Amino acid sequence: DRNVAAFPERAPLTGPDPMFEARAPEPANGGLIAAANAEAGGAGMNFGLGREALPEEIAAWDVNIMPDGEGLPEGSGSVLDGETLFSQNCAVCHGEFAEGAGNWPELAGGEGTLADEDPLKTVGSYWPYLSTVWDYVHRSMPYGAAQTLSDDEVYAITAYILYSNFLVEDDFVLSKDNFLEVELPNEDGFIVDDRPETEYPIWRTEPCMENCKEEVEITMRATVLDVTPEDQAAREAREEMAEQGEATEAPAEAEAVAEAATDDAAGEGMQIDMALAEEGEGVYRQCRACHMVGDGAQNRVGPHLNALFGRPLGGVDDFRYSDTMAEMGENGTVWNEETLAEFLVKPRDYVPGTKMSFNGLRSDEDVAAVIEYLKTHQEN
Amino acid sequence: SGAATPDPLITEVQPWATGLGEGVDATPYGLPIKYESHVVRRNVEWLTADTISSINFTPIHALDGTITPQGCAFERHHSGAIELRKEDYRLMINGLVDKPLIFTYADLERFPREQHVYFCECAANTGMEWAGAQLNGAQFTHGMIHNMEYTGVPLRTLLQEAGLDAAGDLEDKWIYVEGHDASSNGRSIPMSKAMDDCLVAFKANGEALRKEHGYPVRLVVPGWEGNMWVKWLRRVEVVDGPVESREETSKYTDTLANGISRKWTWVMDAKSVITSPSPQSPIQHGHGPLVITGLAWSGHGAITRVDVSKDGGKTWETARLAKPGEKMALTRFYLDTTWNGEEMLLQARAMDETGYVQPTKEQLREIRGENSIYHNNCIQTWHVKPNGEAENVEVS
Repeated sequence: DRNVAAFPERAPLTGPDPMFEARAPEPANGGLIAAANAEAGGAGMNFGLGREALPEEIAAWDVNIMPDGEGLPEGSGSVLDGETLFSQNCAVCHGEFAEGAGNWPELAGGEGTLADEDPLKTVGSYWPYLSTVWDYVHRSMPYGAAQTLSDDEVYAITAYILYSNFLVEDDFVLSKDNFLEVELPNEDGFIVDDRPETEYPIWRTEPCMENCKEEVEITMRATVLDVTPEDQAAREAREEMAEQGEATEAPAEAEAVAEAATDDAAGEGMQIDMALAEEGEGVYRQCRACHMVGDGAQNRVGPHLNALFGRPLGGVDDFRYSDTMAEMGENGTVWNEETLAEFLVKPRDYVPGTKMSFNGLRSDEDVAAVIEYLKTHQEN
Repeated sequence: SGAATPDPLITEVQPWATGLGEGVDATPYGLPIKYESHVVRRNVEWLTADTISSINFTPIHALDGTITPQGCAFERHHSGAIELRKEDYRLMINGLVDKPLIFTYADLERFPREQHVYFCECAANTGMEWAGAQLNGAQFTHGMIHNMEYTGVPLRTLLQEAGLDAAGDLEDKWIYVEGHDASSNGRSIPMSKAMDDCLVAFKANGEALRKEHGYPVRLVVPGWEGNMWVKWLRRVEVVDGPVESREETSKYTDTLANGISRKWTWVMDAKSVITSPSPQSPIQHGHGPLVITGLAWSGHGAITRVDVSKDGGKTWETARLAKPGEKMALTRFYLDTTWNGEEMLLQARAMDETGYVQPTKEQLREIRGENSIYHNNCIQTWHVKPNGEAENVEVS
């Protein structure tokens, strides 16, 4: 089409242009690579955009660990240290023995279950490479406080996960030097995608159009299970809309906040700075993974946070707190602006041994804001 | 059929015909009218431990056409949707390149751009249906998909900017891509795909990406599982082998009945679903003309044909494609038919340009068992009852 100008950066190629060549049905296209290789010689700095990455910058971001151990830093950690660290940082979601909590992943167990009806996939039963464990704990855990563990701590936690899978003894120390000696049981349990051989030839055939089967019977119905969230809420909303016709517009959430702000009676004269509370709602996102607040809030990984002010530490009946937290409450410490502020800056300093695996809020402003936000749920 | 009494909507002057509507700027960035407030993403609470490492579903049962509006396109996060300013955005290209480079957002805008429409489907779409019919709605069985028009720079251009001489033979090379968020969601991609059609995208459907889709920059990996479309793209490293990250070992691997698992199952095979009628979109208009419609797509290329069965797969008729299929993009199909209250077992069956025919769940199970979780592209059945309601069922 003479009205369409060519894509500017590409030098004319002798072969078919990979950009417009029909996509190959299967991955891996030798032609594309050949073209790219042929081109590579003249490539590099085509546009002169960007700047050279500094070694410090590459070191900061290029932290991936390869299955052969490439990328591992110096360091070591013991099962024993790992047990303490795991309890402080990981157990809240993954259980004290890596057995998992609630709907969070199990990290141990499941050996020999991969061919069962419900396989249990853990580091011990499923993960092929230990490098993946180190890499993931190092870059993405603990959940909500990623990249706060030291290299030695990551070695220790990795060692503890191995121990919890009965893959090492309790006196084991994992280090860069012995890392490759540990093999995970399911390393050979993977094959490269074989659909091109096992499936595509079967299903690339002319489909049947008539008399394709004799009988058709319903063998299973989704409504029997009744697990669809469909859509009580939506249906009600629609019905309500139909009834009301010209419905009011106030969104429920705004209403709730307004209510909390004005109905101050039971709040013992608690003043709420609504602008700050609104900011706090944003900060609260960091807490939301573990704590519910508001209408119908229940305990999850952490206790619910309704009517928090005046509540003794460890004061929600059916929640299992750390011993320290429970003791502090029994000794008369209650949650108020002061105690919360102190706790939220460094939870483990204020309540040693707390199960809350959160390192603390970074700024005083965030602390003040989130406290203000929690005040709006004093009436829930 | 005639009306017994005149319609007051016609005979009486209505408020909207006499008063005034809203002025311009009432909503500087427009939202759907309140009567469409049910057309939203939905989450299945019991699927995940919390909403931060979780997924929700596109309301495909209520949409038509093929482009998914960003505001109701499904979200999948591993550590939540972060807020990253363009000014704070950096993209690093490093590893086996001639010169490791850092790009700012402004740099990216100075490279020649392309635009393409592509579907993005989570590998786990329909994953809850392996063992049987479970979720009652197209949104929940097939809603981990969206389809947008992306604008961005070919990844190839950026790799060539850094220079690939240092990589030597590209045949056995890979790239490793990761995001700015706490999960980083790193994935290894073979160099052949990186040099082919991957796009470093910063606009979708004409506007900036939404935060939940990776603002300001995400990777687009056409036809391949959504997990590889790294959001908040922060780094592309040229490597000499796969990293075997968490997302390509412990997750996004497909366990077969014998306990052996497939890895590197990147391509999304051809698939289709009838979006209406369906459990969330029952027939409410009585007997007579009925439009049966749905979506079809294939990670192998363009959709060439969609067949529809009303009797659970005994007989099939070929549906009408709204437009010729586009590579790795959603295709809308229609079957314009007549319905007089008879029960139907509705199915759709997609074919792509490679001749691949969407299989039944039975065919998939024969090869893979029921524990694969991912890549369930089976034919879906809706049981439409005489009253027009529909249910997700499995048939013999």
